[in-house]
Amino acid sequence: MLNNMLSRDLPRSKLLAAILLIIIVGLLATPFVFPGARSLNVGAKIAVFIVLAASYDLMLGYTGIVSFAHTMFFGIGAYGIGIASTQMGPTWTAVAAGTLAALILSTVLALGISLFSLRVRAIFFAMITLAVAAAFMTMASQFSDWTGGEDGLNFKVPELISPAFSLSDEKFLGANLDGKLIAYYMVVLISGGLFLLMLRIVNSPFGRVLMAIRDNDFRSEAIGYRNVTYRSLSSVLAAVFATLAGVLYALWLRYNGPGTTLSFDIMIDVLLIVVIGGMGTLYGAVVGSTLFNIAQGYLQDLLKLAQGNIDSLPVIGALFHPDRWLFWLGLLFVLSVYFFPFGIVGKLRAGALAKTRRSA
Amino acid sequence: MSMSAAIAPAKVEDLPAAPRDWLPILLVPILILLALPLVGSFPTWATLTIAGLAMGLIIFLVASGLTLVFGLMDVMNFGHGIFVALGAFVGVTTISMLGGWTASSSFALNLAAIGCAGLAAAVVAGTVGIAFERVMVRPVYGLHLKQILVTMGGMIVAEQVILALWGPEARPMMRPASLQGSFIFGDVAIEKFRLLAVCLGLAIFAAMFLLLNRTKLGLLIRAGVQDREMVEALGYRVRFLFIGVFAAGSALAGLGGTMFGLYQELVTTAIGAQMMVLIFIVIIIGGLGSVGGCFVGALLVGLASNYIGFVAPKVNLFSSILLMVLILLWRPQGLFPVAKR
Amino acid sequence: MNSSVQPLLALDGVHTHIGPYHILHGVDLAVAKGGITMLLGRNGAGKTTTLRTVMGLWHASAGTIRFDGNDISEFATPDVARLDIAYVPENMGIFSDLTVRENLFLAARKGPLDAARLDWIFGFMPALKTFWLQRAGLLSGGQKQMLSIARAMVEPRRLLLVDEPSKGLAPAIIQNLIVAFGALRDEGVTILLVEQNFNFASKLGDTVAVMDNGRVVHAGTMAALVADPELQARLLGLSLDSHQ
Ligand SMILES: Nc1ncnc2c1ncn2[C@@H]1O[C@H](COP(=O)(O)OP(=O)(O)O)[C@@H](O)[C@H]1O
Ligand SMILES: [Mg+2]
Repeated sequence: MLNNMLSRDLPRSKLLAAILLIIIVGLLATPFVFPGARSLNVGAKIAVFIVLAASYDLMLGYTGIVSFAHTMFFGIGAYGIGIASTQMGPTWTAVAAGTLAALILSTVLALGISLFSLRVRAIFFAMITLAVAAAFMTMASQFSDWTGGEDGLNFKVPELISPAFSLSDEKFLGANLDGKLIAYYMVVLISGGLFLLMLRIVNSPFGRVLMAIRDNDFRSEAIGYRNVTYRSLSSVLAAVFATLAGVLYALWLRYNGPGTTLSFDIMIDVLLIVVIGGMGTLYGAVVGSTLFNIAQGYLQDLLKLAQGNIDSLPVIGALFHPDRWLFWLGLLFVLSVYFFPFGIVGKLRAGALAKTRRSA
Repeated sequence: MSMSAAIAPAKVEDLPAAPRDWLPILLVPILILLALPLVGSFPTWATLTIAGLAMGLIIFLVASGLTLVFGLMDVMNFGHGIFVALGAFVGVTTISMLGGWTASSSFALNLAAIGCAGLAAAVVAGTVGIAFERVMVRPVYGLHLKQILVTMGGMIVAEQVILALWGPEARPMMRPASLQGSFIFGDVAIEKFRLLAVCLGLAIFAAMFLLLNRTKLGLLIRAGVQDREMVEALGYRVRFLFIGVFAAGSALAGLGGTMFGLYQELVTTAIGAQMMVLIFIVIIIGGLGSVGGCFVGALLVGLASNYIGFVAPKVNLFSSILLMVLILLWRPQGLFPVAKR
Repeated sequence: MNSSVQPLLALDGVHTHIGPYHILHGVDLAVAKGGITMLLGRNGAGKTTTLRTVMGLWHASAGTIRFDGNDISEFATPDVARLDIAYVPENMGIFSDLTVRENLFLAARKGPLDAARLDWIFGFMPALKTFWLQRAGLLSGGQKQMLSIARAMVEPRRLLLVDEPSKGLAPAIIQNLIVAFGALRDEGVTILLVEQNFNFASKLGDTVAVMDNGRVVHAGTMAALVADPELQARLLGLSLDSHQ
């Protein structure tokens, strides 16, 4: 059963399996084990970023193409919900309409960009997506009548998942049984479902063709059109999942703005998550996203500690400033690309493989 | 370049006259003329045109090195913007150290201050460029995916270092005294600094043009862009050529950073990432690897951005993308596709 | 062939991989000093890969390449070229944005172009003189081939590697090539010439090697091969006709 759910693509490392289990249990138990708005927020963000990062991995790791427009699709999903909810009111119809409109826009855009630029070469695609994403972002903040501009949109969500809704006045294990809790489980469970769906996709014949194209550029160049079709399909799929992640994120936050979903900083975050977690493994997105979102909170605390000790050194001291935490992640990112191209997951699997070899 | 004088070019009979491709170059005056009715008023149009040319030439400074680096070694440095930011900050620091020169009303001293700032920016950016090539580019040479990731990662790290060195606040960048304000010709006001930027940009373009067309080094670079392997098979070490071009490209980006800082009168760390978008658009429009195309592309983008910024500011950056799409629909490889093997 | 004389170029069990593909499976080839060696074989036999491996454009994964007795297997391309080895690739490698003059100027690595030598070259390739200041991209296919060979002639070289120069050329132009290569041989240059056109090859070759499936399957004198139609048919007959 489990094997089937994971599409026969198992973690292949006991340690990795244990880590994944801890993450899943942790996410499910968060409302009761760590009650409080902050931990719920971290949990929901981890879940959404798992989908976002995994969908990016679909392209980066499994197809070998780099896009810098991935957060554009994330933003489209979030704006779809935000705009539909402000224009149509907080109903499920609005959610459905916003999601549908966002999916259509994302598909059209992703298809357009792919067909336009994937014909040429991967580098071209990376450059074009960077430009398109930047343009889209300025557009989003310019058309403030719809998008709320730089300030973004605050909006209401359907009652069932809004904090005002209450199942019972009593607390259960310290958690309020309210709409927020329902929203949390909705986000976590749908994210899980989307992740399993992606796992299914990469382990389908379609996924195998993608990997063949990635690994075998010279030979598959000869069958050019097929190459472009498959790559375009993969980038459309990635866009669709990113859009859905955006939808979930907007429903959770009841807010969306350029800084939350569209900005290039988020794009960098996704890149860091996928590369450090492990490209082309999908599980890397889970590990990376968890690590990253926790680090975002705690690495800064750690740096504060370190800074106290080396404050005297001018530049080095400045690099230990909590605001410079991206420096350390960036360094880790570059080192990952050089030394462990399959990230943490790759490292764990290699370790497990070596162990079975030794015992065999 | 010494060449046997004994050979006079014979008469050319059955070859078509070399079809110099004028059409893309004509796009620049066409765009300028088309903008006149769109903008409506002549003085505004003149001001915008000079601003557009200045901006275009600054973009050209930054983008030319990147396009050559790509042409020569098939290396796309996604971290190129970092040299722009570095150059801008070094420029700010230098100019603020030369406070006496910039405050003086002597044009010569003012110019010397900008010269020093530009030089310092170029030297620092060029030096960092050499290190960047060694650490970030060489280990992943020939691996496109890793190249994109590593150069992008290098940019993240370097940006944080700049933040650590100069702090997160945006820095105002004062233009020297005699370069503030505008020249007034009748109704037309032209900012003095923009005029200077245009002159400097054109001078560097001319120097680059001469280098690439009249010297052995330049010919080798152009030949290398078309067919690197053949240049090596003739016995030249393209690697050294490449490091030189990479360093020069970084230095020019640094100079461009200083100029762009003065153009905006403000320097932020985001200046690099911000420019990167325009740079990519420009070198795609021009044709990857083509310096001439990069020049025309930069002018088009600079002009269009100023005109549209005036007529319909909301779609400003979008207009550059539109320009790119239109040009790629016309010429899928860019204005001046580089003839590759 | 005098086997006591050291060959100018000697490949010994050379294997070449291109990415994941194993292309050359142990090439043994000796090119004697002076004279023209023909490298024949059907399409995809590995002739181009062999030349590129000698030039250091691919690196041999096993085996040795000796030039004048020195191991050059690990040399980078520019260092191979600096041993006075000239290469005329299959695609001619013309710098099409540069003029004919500039193409030749870059080929003269050691100094300015020598007028007398240029006149000697123009004797075989008058078109180059005519189009001296034209962009090389505008030349016809045959003229480009001439330019590519001229680049290998502007300074005296010791070894010339030429990849299928006759491909797609009119018979009259092929005749010019035969004259030019003959003149180079008379100058003392050693030439290793890849060919598919046996007619052309038999007119020029002193010795011959035939490749198939990434190996040299026959080596001997051209005269012996020309005199033995049965051997020709076995080595070349089927493949040369069916692949043209
Ligand atoms: N860049 C390359 N990548 C992968 N395989 C190649 C490449 N170049 C050539 N090959 C393969 O190597 C084999 C030998 O090619 P080549 O040396 O060009 O043959 P020839 O010159 O004798 O026609 C062919 O099967 C060809 O498909
Ligand atoms: Mg061949």
